[in-house]
Amino acid sequence: MSAFVWLTILTALRILARNRLRAGLTMLGIVIGVGSVIAMVSIGEGAKRAVQAQIATMGTNVIVIFPGVTSASGVRGSQGSAMTLTVSDALDLKKRIPLLADTAWAKRDVMQIVYGNRNWNGTINGVSPSYLTIRDWAFTSGGPFTQTDLDSAARVALIGQTVVENLFEPGEEPVGAVIRIKNVPFRVIGVLVPKGQSAQGADQDDVVFIPFSTAERKVFGTSFIGSVGAMFGSTDQVEDLPMAAEQIREVLRARHRLQAEQNDDFTIRTQVDIGKVQEGASETLTMMLFAVASVSLLVGGIGIMNILLVSVTERTREIGVRMAVGAKRRHILMQFLIEAITLSLVGGVLGIILGISGTKLTTLIAGWPTIISGNVIGVAFLFSLVVGLFFGLYPANKASRLNPIEALRYE
Amino acid sequence: MGSLIECEDVWKIYRVGDVEVQALRGLSLTIAQGEFVAIMGSSGSGKSTLMNILGCLDQPTKGRYRLNGIEVDNLKPDRLAGIRNQQIGFVFQSFNLIPRTSALENAQLPLFYRGLSLKEQRAQAEAALRRVGLQGREQHYPTQLSGGQQQRVAIARALVTSPSLLLADEPTGNLDTQSSREIMKILETLNRDEGITIILVTHEMDVAASAAREIVIKDGQVLSDRVTKAKPTSSTVGV
Ligand SMILES: Nc1ncnc2c1ncn2[C@@H]1O[C@H](COP(=O)(O)OP(=O)(O)OP(=O)(O)O)[C@@H](O)[C@H]1O
Ligand SMILES: [Mg+2]
Repeated sequence: MSAFVWLTILTALRILARNRLRAGLTMLGIVIGVGSVIAMVSIGEGAKRAVQAQIATMGTNVIVIFPGVTSASGVRGSQGSAMTLTVSDALDLKKRIPLLADTAWAKRDVMQIVYGNRNWNGTINGVSPSYLTIRDWAFTSGGPFTQTDLDSAARVALIGQTVVENLFEPGEEPVGAVIRIKNVPFRVIGVLVPKGQSAQGADQDDVVFIPFSTAERKVFGTSFIGSVGAMFGSTDQVEDLPMAAEQIREVLRARHRLQAEQNDDFTIRTQVDIGKVQEGASETLTMMLFAVASVSLLVGGIGIMNILLVSVTERTREIGVRMAVGAKRRHILMQFLIEAITLSLVGGVLGIILGISGTKLTTLIAGWPTIISGNVIGVAFLFSLVVGLFFGLYPANKASRLNPIEALRYE
Repeated sequence: MGSLIECEDVWKIYRVGDVEVQALRGLSLTIAQGEFVAIMGSSGSGKSTLMNILGCLDQPTKGRYRLNGIEVDNLKPDRLAGIRNQQIGFVFQSFNLIPRTSALENAQLPLFYRGLSLKEQRAQAEAALRRVGLQGREQHYPTQLSGGQQQRVAIARALVTSPSLLLADEPTGNLDTQSSREIMKILETLNRDEGITIILVTHEMDVAASAAREIVIKDGQVLSDRVTKAKPTSSTVGV
């Protein structure tokens, strides 16, 4: 049997080689279908991985609480537009909810920062010291401020990479320098490790962190003392996030004396929720992609069926001869099935090559991150095999049912 | 030893629309192992129809056909294919080689369906081509061979399985006199030296002269059946 299969494959390849143009046109649907699936999946995977990396920059197991109601996508108006969250909310949450490993709070505004004769409009964040630990933010030089700095409303600042680049000469050490924010002098005590873009596309390194108390009393103005722009919490285990979020909600509703029929006056988002929003977008893309792929594979399969039917007719006499010398039904069936599968697999392999080159080219030209997984190549290969098998079945069956005498006499 | 072929009251009826064509009408025939038989008769008398039935390519509408002691008149297609592969070789008027396929691969074809290893297929097909005088032409395609040579490839294909029965329906019908003579010499040798039973359909007297028995068919029945050559007793000589 193995000699039979092997020789049949060789025969099939020879027939393909003989009708190269015809075979090429037949395979085109498969080639394009498989190629586009591989390219699109690879680009999609790359984008997904990039988004996951951005979400990881939020910190580890982070919950964010904004004042006011927010749309489902997480887009919101300027922070602090509602003044419903306070520092005492944050402190109370930590006290009441054991699941929360830590809580932090922050308030921000865009302001002019001056150093020597240079200035820069950056985002000033007044934060509690725990903010930096929740967000897993490390330092390239210097270090964080402390509870003592918060208590004493010290004029110390931590600055991000974008701010460094815009205020300091290359190679100049920012730690120890004195910058002015709204004319108040601040000593730089730390430079933060760059985090790049956030999941929402903002530059996370265009920041200055100062103690929350200092911000309230000396920079942002004294209205709404105690209100915060956002609160943060973290849990030790990622599985605890939904439970912690629910408990936060209950505590805040109670503290804000909300009646059962009233909506929340705050919005809670966990890191997992934010990830899901992004994944939802890429899933829609994936569905569309599979629709495109199915259509091309269908078209490719019909092409294969068509060419095989032509081939069966052209080779009727040959089939008759094979039957006369002892080919059984299954031999003829196998021969045409193997021809169909060979066609579709060669198409599949060409498609895989096309898909991989297309993907590499996308990375090279557009600079998009891409990930070519072995899985998608395996599935593409399998799919072309199934297409060949499925669409080859009808012509092969037709060939195997020919009457030997009629086939021999066919002109 | 029993007869190789036993036909008893064989009928073949074709229906084309409302018209019934009785191609064979109660034909009975017995042929022993090792015979060389020529079948003659006018066009449309039913010779090819008979050959197809004898070759297990077709089955009688009515009647019994026994080949080598096996009732083959009601076997399934795959069993018939197996019998053709094991016991029967065909030579057709129009050669019927597979196009764009070398002489060697054409001669290999029946062995291919026996599931032999490629090496064995090659060796046996080469030997068969040598027996018909085509050594050195193994890699030629049918289009690169003369009609006579193509028919010799077809004979090699028929005898590569060492069949007990070789059926040739007008094997020289498309050939010139010289090539015809060569083909007939090969068939005579196969019958004499290897004891292969040969049944040959022909319209030509000198071709039929190779055979030892001549059967004439008319209107789907045997008109005459006579021995034309004294049968050499197989035990006598080691020729
Ligand atoms: N498939 C078929 N369908 C209908 N009629 C058929 C079929 N095959 C043969 N016949 C008829 O059966 C009869 C015998 O045909 P057959 O081919 O056996 O003749 P033959 O003796 O071989 O003739 P020739 O010497 O011309 O080859 C003819 O009348 C023919 O028309
Ligand atoms: Mg005939």
